[in-house]
Amino acid sequence: MQDTIQIQVNGEPKAWRSGATVADLLQDLEITSERVAVELNLEILDRAAFVQRPLMDGDRVEILSFIGGGAEEFRH
Amino acid sequence: MADDRLIIAGREFKSRLWVGTGKYKDFVETQKAIEASGADVVTVAVRRVNITDRSKENLLDYIDPKKYTILPNTAGCYTVDDAVRYSRLARAAGVSDLVKLEVLGDERTLFPDTAGLIEAAKILIKEGFIVLPYTNDDPIVAKKLVDIGCPAVMPLAAPIGSGLGIRNPYNLKIIMETVKVPIIVDAGVGTASDAALAMEYGADAVLMNTAIAGSRDPISMAEAMKYAVYAGRLAYKAGRIPRKLYATASSPIEGML
Repeated sequence: MQDTIQIQVNGEPKAWRSGATVADLLQDLEITSERVAVELNLEILDRAAFVQRPLMDGDRVEILSFIGGGAEEFRH
Repeated sequence: MADDRLIIAGREFKSRLWVGTGKYKDFVETQKAIEASGADVVTVAVRRVNITDRSKENLLDYIDPKKYTILPNTAGCYTVDDAVRYSRLARAAGVSDLVKLEVLGDERTLFPDTAGLIEAAKILIKEGFIVLPYTNDDPIVAKKLVDIGCPAVMPLAAPIGSGLGIRNPYNLKIIMETVKVPIIVDAGVGTASDAALAMEYGADAVLMNTAIAGSRDPISMAEAMKYAVYAGRLAYKAGRIPRKLYATASSPIEGML
């Protein structure tokens, strides 16, 4: 039986299988790793490390990319 | 115009109109408007990927990073830490070292916190970023930004999305006399004449988002802006006549009855 770990992805708690790497996570979420930045526990993860770094219990992952936009107008 | 390229930090751009990507109806409209604008540089924001809705399309599927220079901004950042964090994330997403640095000071005006802006710029320049700062119309701040290594400055014409046009042409002109780097007027443009005016004053480029995306017909407005920036630039280079209080007749008196 696989171990489950508790991680946080983009602010949401998620249960994940232990031993999965960041690259595995991106693949499972159907996110192509091109033009995506990953922050792991407040540190930016080098793209080369996506396949190397195994996820651990308590990890907080942030996956960011580019969207349309600039500063939002203040809504009165 | 023969060889009137905009050169910033060794990068050459044909178009002096830079556009944002926010506030459009959808990606198709965004793409069409950007194409109609003729812009080379397109700004984008850095945000969390939507992990729950997997059908969500990507902006960069519609805006080819090989065709356009993608300029990430630090929109929504009110602290030095946030602006630096988002800049680093933008770079990690693997597009370039360019960043349009925004450190906002106030939610209602979205005016920059210039003290924070300078601090964040210093940090980022040290880390090798090419920092294009969104600043106000203060020539002192503009000079500080250039002195610490910003290759261009981006003074606002008016509050973001306000459509008020150039609020302070005099300060803008002083900035042009104070710094020797390209000046990209950013924020507050409302319609084509505002953009033309900015270029006539001597701006090197104009960045706008709401003026196009928020207009009734963004594709047409984008085209209008393309011509406006071009016309303003050409008029600037052509050298306008001086303003005079009295008339100077265009036709000779000689030969009259």
